Amino acid sequence: MEFLSYLISGISLGSVYAIIALGYTMVYGIAKMLNFAHGDVIMVGGYISFCGMMYLGLNGWVALLLAMAVCTVLGIIVEGLAYRPLRQATSLAVLITAIGVSYLLQNTALLVWGATPKVYQSLIPLTDASGAPNALRLMGGRLSISYMSLLTMAACIIIMVGLTLFTSRSKMGKAMRACSEDKDAARLMGINVNTTISVTFAIGSALAAVAGVLLCSFNPTLMPTTGSMPGIRAFTAAVFGGIGSIPGAFLGGLLIGVIEAMAKAYISTQLANSVVFAVLIVVLLVRPAGLLGKYVPEKV
Amino acid sequence: MKNLKPHTRRNLITFIGLAVVWIVVTVLRGQGVLGRSASGLLVPICCYVVMALSLNLTVGIMGELSLGHAGFMGIGAFTGIIVSQSLMRAVPSVPLRLIAAMLVGAVFAGIFGFLIGIPVLRLRGDYLAIVTLAFGEIIKELITCLLVGVDEHGLHIIFNYKGLKGVEDLHLSETGQVIIKGAQGATGTQPIATFNAGMILIFLTLFIILNVIYSRTGRAIMAIRDNRIAAESVGIEITRHKMIAFVMSAAMAGAAGALYGLNYSNLVAAKFDFNTSILVLVFVVLGGLGNMRGSIIAAVLLYVLPEALRSMHDYRMLIYAVVLIAVMLATNSPIAQSFFARFRFGRKGGDEE
Repeated sequence: MEFLSYLISGISLGSVYAIIALGYTMVYGIAKMLNFAHGDVIMVGGYISFCGMMYLGLNGWVALLLAMAVCTVLGIIVEGLAYRPLRQATSLAVLITAIGVSYLLQNTALLVWGATPKVYQSLIPLTDASGAPNALRLMGGRLSISYMSLLTMAACIIIMVGLTLFTSRSKMGKAMRACSEDKDAARLMGINVNTTISVTFAIGSALAAVAGVLLCSFNPTLMPTTGSMPGIRAFTAAVFGGIGSIPGAFLGGLLIGVIEAMAKAYISTQLANSVVFAVLIVVLLVRPAGLLGKYVPEKV
Repeated sequence: MKNLKPHTRRNLITFIGLAVVWIVVTVLRGQGVLGRSASGLLVPICCYVVMALSLNLTVGIMGELSLGHAGFMGIGAFTGIIVSQSLMRAVPSVPLRLIAAMLVGAVFAGIFGFLIGIPVLRLRGDYLAIVTLAFGEIIKELITCLLVGVDEHGLHIIFNYKGLKGVEDLHLSETGQVIIKGAQGATGTQPIATFNAGMILIFLTLFIILNVIYSRTGRAIMAIRDNRIAAESVGIEITRHKMIAFVMSAAMAGAAGALYGLNYSNLVAAKFDFNTSILVLVFVVLGGLGNMRGSIIAAVLLYVLPEALRSMHDYRMLIYAVVLIAVMLATNSPIAQSFFARFRFGRKGGDEE
């Protein structure tokens, strides 16, 4: 029973990682860049929804929509100003710029919202009015799953299925896949590569906002550095599943979440990160392109 | 000067420049022009210069992105602290102890570099980058779990991974001293690092790296960077050469770490996290990949910049971020490049790279 409850908490944490990793992986797949600022978009999403609820008195769900809208715009602006001029530059230059953007977002947040952690109000309260956990009870009350966890898992699955349908069926999704295969050929086919990349960033940032709200609902302290560690974990998750692959990011996120929860429960809380990273290293040694990634042999 | 090879002349100028800086700074300190806060920056600057030089070997010369360089620095720092503190009685001479600490720090970081290199160097590109990041974080967490103390029976080390043990479990005798206290890091270290030691380390590192670059091994490493398949087809052993560069880079970072660790009386392992690795990477990229002189200048300027902006405390990291993005855009985007090209008088249009 204990094991099951650890598993469930791992899956719900993993669902958040998976949502972030989906954004990472889409951006990587199309722009071939490691967007280190992605984690900070999560933080911005968290703060925007926090402000929406606290100062504008919005309902949590409306605040979520507001956060998604703001982050979408932010993603498009960042892409247009910082990454678009570097389309032809080396990947290292783009990486450093992304790090610069990450610093910029963190420090702007520090100036606007201050360093003291904000206490975030969960989207669905974790406990009800009487103080009992707000959870679904199964097996005669021995196993309880909080509604927040259920919501997170549902959101993750919906987003995963939605993105898969979007990239395989819609015109824009097909354009994205074309751009990720070969930008020049895509351009010759009449695809506007810049618009496609902007849309990808917009989707990734909106997902980051969702992840930010979910993350802060579980872990209610919100700081300017809130996004960086989940960002790195989600990056790990995306690589774990095979970067560039949507089902891979989903699987990687879930696995990272479960491994982290299990490591905390059974090995050591201090070494939870190390265990996650050690598993990542072993997986990459056995499958150098991640679990579901395509391994492309080099041709001479 | 004229009969020297161009790169020899260039390197000689770098060395002379460094020596001039060394003399000027020493004179300024002697005159008391440099305040206490400025003098306190000297040793960390030297450490970060060495870090940038050593990372440039991996990123610029070998051409592989490493995001875990601070991990090696951490290994060097904590082994250096252990060596220096435990030799306190046996070797009273401070310079000798500092040298021993830096050597052992370098050797340990080199050993770890070798062990990590075995899996890491099989991977390529972004996968290699994420694995180095992973190793850097693992090293940091492992150090956080260490409890180390010393008494007349020797070193006592506990690997406290459950977080349940305390200092008293080290069973030190009454004269014993605790060196590393788990998450609190190294406390009560005698700070013995000096600016002169830092400059000597920079000279040594630069000398070694430049010699390697222009040797047969260095040319092999650069050949692998430029075209792995072509290099392999002319009989260059890829893994061996990459390993040489990686281990050297790790060992130098270890020596820099030892110097850094011995500059402070308190040091936590969390200092050597991903952000420090990124900081050094920024030095290397802004200084120019493979350009050692650039690394030195970038490390000094970018380390001093946030400190110089300290008066505008809230805005300094913001300014740093904006400067970083602006520099990257100005040096890499085609629009900005053509814009700047207009202002370059006296240069032929075609000679730009």
